[in-house]
Amino acid sequence: MHLLQVLAVTASSTLLVFVVEAVRRSKLNSRYAILWLGAGVVLLGLSIYRPLLDWVARALGVSYPPSLLFLVAFLFLLSIVLHYSLVISSHRDSIRRLGQAVALLERALEEQRRAPGAT
Amino acid sequence: MRPLVIIPAFNEAPTIVGVITNIRRHVDADIAVIDDGSEDDTARLAREAGAVVLRHPCNLGIGAAVQTGYVYALRAGYDLVVRQDGDGQHDPSHIGRFIELLASDQADIVVGSRFLAREGYQSTLVRRLGIFILGIVSSLVGRSVTDPTSGYWGVNRRALEVLAKSHPDDYPETEALVVAARSGCRVRELPVIMYARTAGQSSIGGTIYAGFYMLKVVLNLLIGRLRPR
Repeated sequence: MHLLQVLAVTASSTLLVFVVEAVRRSKLNSRYAILWLGAGVVLLGLSIYRPLLDWVARALGVSYPPSLLFLVAFLFLLSIVLHYSLVISSHRDSIRRLGQAVALLERALEEQRRAPGAT
Repeated sequence: MRPLVIIPAFNEAPTIVGVITNIRRHVDADIAVIDDGSEDDTARLAREAGAVVLRHPCNLGIGAAVQTGYVYALRAGYDLVVRQDGDGQHDPSHIGRFIELLASDQADIVVGSRFLAREGYQSTLVRRLGIFILGIVSSLVGRSVTDPTSGYWGVNRRALEVLAKSHPDDYPETEALVVAARSGCRVRELPVIMYARTAGQSSIGGTIYAGFYMLKVVLNLLIGRLRPR
């Protein structure tokens, strides 16, 4: 086993353990763990079983197989970040609606207090 | 029905009372201040000056503040709404003309343009350049407007319904104009005089922000064309 392989296996299994543990402790919503788990499993598979890495690399025309790990990791990170951008945008929208609703409700409440006769 | 003047305000404590009393001097209208999560006394001062105050629990951006104003106006049954900035940039002596145009159904949206009559505050060089480019963009989009970043707006019920449903976010004016025009609102410009703000911060500040502003607006306008009507 090369040092690079040891590093890759350690890194991907650490990632997996960390993500699973975070989900178990409810620190990470499983909705946001899926992509991380996918990255961990695929990277671990590719780094633990060298023939698989070589085979996929040859099939894709990657001449130095270990660099395939970087490509896979990069693509996973790209999708994770893009996914987060979508999530942030939708959260921003929700926060805006909630804030507006609070402002309007507070005003309605104030009006009701001023006119105690009204129901 | 009395018109409603809405004032989106973020940390405008130094100017808000002056703005409210100045509006009162020119029109007989109800006034609603939308406090967009200010950290100063904007809300208290506005309430003491007799305005209705709608308070966002945190800063949601000028677009959201304007929209809150529109939704409030709809729910409270107003048919005519004029928007003023909280910093005293807009001269309220024009509000009467806005209301006239809307009440006589000559337009659904009236936009005050500081460039139709070349008087008063004409803005900084960077912003004027931006306004020039946006002018080109807005003519690409099918509307020619001389002051697409103006926040001095008057809207009738029809435009209110469109804008209360969907209102753009950070720098909303240009996009709102396009959204409304695409859903069939008639837009008219009116020459107004604007003053340089005396205190506080513009929602468009600094050169980097001006660049970000233009990028975002251009992006939204172009991608907005791809959206289904």
